[in-house]
Amino acid sequence: MSATADPKSAREHARAQGGKRVETMPILPPVAGDLPEGVTAEDLVWEETVAPGGYTSRRIARGTRVRLIDKAGDACASLNIFNAEMPTERLNVADTVKVQWNAYLGEGKLLLSDMGRVLASILEDGAGTHDTFCGVSNAAANTRKYGEGRNSGAFPNGRDRLILGAAKHGLTRRDVHPCINLFKGTRIEADGAITPIVGPFAPGRAVILRAEMDVIVVIANCPHVLDPRAEYASTPLRVTAWRGPVTPESDGVRGAAPEGLRAYLNTEDYYRR
Amino acid sequence: MTSDPALSGLTGSIVHDEIIAPRAPWLHHVRAGEVLRIVDLEGNQAVDFLIYSAADDAERYSAQDTVAAQGNLFLRTGTVLLSNEGNPLMTIIASAVEYHDTIGGACSCESNTLRYGHHTRHQHACVDNFLEANLTQGRGKRDIVSNINFFMNVPVMEDGTLGIVDGISAPGLTVDLRAEMDVIVVVSNCPQINNPCNGFNPTPVRMIVAA
Repeated sequence: MSATADPKSAREHARAQGGKRVETMPILPPVAGDLPEGVTAEDLVWEETVAPGGYTSRRIARGTRVRLIDKAGDACASLNIFNAEMPTERLNVADTVKVQWNAYLGEGKLLLSDMGRVLASILEDGAGTHDTFCGVSNAAANTRKYGEGRNSGAFPNGRDRLILGAAKHGLTRRDVHPCINLFKGTRIEADGAITPIVGPFAPGRAVILRAEMDVIVVIANCPHVLDPRAEYASTPLRVTAWRGPVTPESDGVRGAAPEGLRAYLNTEDYYRR
Repeated sequence: MTSDPALSGLTGSIVHDEIIAPRAPWLHHVRAGEVLRIVDLEGNQAVDFLIYSAADDAERYSAQDTVAAQGNLFLRTGTVLLSNEGNPLMTIIASAVEYHDTIGGACSCESNTLRYGHHTRHQHACVDNFLEANLTQGRGKRDIVSNINFFMNVPVMEDGTLGIVDGISAPGLTVDLRAEMDVIVVVSNCPQINNPCNGFNPTPVRMIVAA
C-alpha cells in the first residue's frame, strides 16, 4: 500500500518532511553566526538564502539593515522597492542617477523614490559592480537565450520573478518598475555603449542597505540580462536583516551631498506626524 | 500641395497635425504602421515621452529593456523602443538629431526639490503632465515609468558622472517614430526652467501623424 493512500498516512508522510535543511530556504526564527560587531541575535529579523532563479519579498521597517551576500559569485539581486504604506511611491531609477549626478551605485549612494525621498541607502559595498540601466530579463528574452523562460520552467526570468514577489504584497504587473541590479554591473563607454561586468566573481561579496522608510523590498535572483554565457549562470543569494536606528541628523551619508540631504529632509518630513 | 518643410519625407496622408503648447501634456493613439513625427520647432525642447500598448496598458515602454537590447544608452535612428515584456512598441525610423536620452527620467515637483531646492516645489513639472494625461484614461502614478526624452542630451562620463547638458538639437529638427503596434503616446512638453533641457525656455513642439 502506498504511504499516502489515506489522509492519516498522507499526514504522516507530510510531517516527516519537516525540519529538512537545504541551502536555499528561510531560517525561522532567523539565526546568523556572522552578524557584525554590535549587532545582537535579538536584532535579527530576516535570514534567508534565495535560490538561483528565485525571488523573495518582505516588508521591512525604517532603520533596518539588509545585508545581501553573493554566496558563490553569480548572484544578481534585482531590486524593486516600495513605500510599504503607500506603494504607489516606489524606487525611481532615473531620479536615483540624475539627482545624484552619477550612474554608478556604491557606498554612500541613495536609492530614491519618485516622491523625492530616500527609500534606502547603501551603507557598505564590498562588490562595486552594480547596474542601474539594464533592468531584468523577460520571458521572451529567456526563451530566446535558454529555450525556456517561464516561472514554471527551469530558467525563470527576472520580470516574472519581480511580479510574483510584488504580487505577494497585493501589487500587480503595473507596479513592477525599472529596477537596480546589485552584484552584476555595467560600465558606460563614451559612445553610450554598455559593457556588462558579470563575473563570475569571488564568493562572499556583501552589500549592506539601510532602509530609510518602511519599505517592501522585492528581490529577484536571475542571471543579468546581458550575461553573455550560454548557460543560466545563477547562484544562491543570501539575505540577512537586523534592526537598527533611524538615521540621525549627524549621519555621514545623510549629509554627504546637498541633493541627498534634501531627500532626507523630505523623508523626515513625511514621518513628521 | 504643401511646401511645409516639416512634412518633408512623410508618405501617406496626414491624419493628425497639432502643436503642443509649451509646458503642456498630450495624449494620442497611434495605430500600428502610422508614423509620428515630432518637430522641435524652436530647438532644444525636451519632449518627455511614454508609450503604452493600446490593447493592454500594463505593457508599456521600458527604457531598461530598450537599452539592454541594443547595448547602448542612446536612442538613435534604428532604435527599437521595447516594452516591459520585450515587444517592439515603436521604432525610430529617422532622426535629424544624433541621439536622444532615456536615462534622465522626467522632472517632478518632488525631484525638483532635491535637484534645485524647495523653492521649486510649486513649479510645473513633467510628472504632473504625465499624471494629468494618464488619469483621463484611468492610469495613475504607478503607470509612470522611466521615459524617453527626445531632443535631450545626457552624457555619462567615465567615472559615472552624468547630467543634463546643453542640447544638440536645433529649430525645425525632427524625429520620426513608426508604431509597431497600436499604442497610446503620452507626452509632456517639458516645463523645466532650472536646467538646459529646454534651453531655460520651454517652447512649443509639433506632432504630425502620417498614415
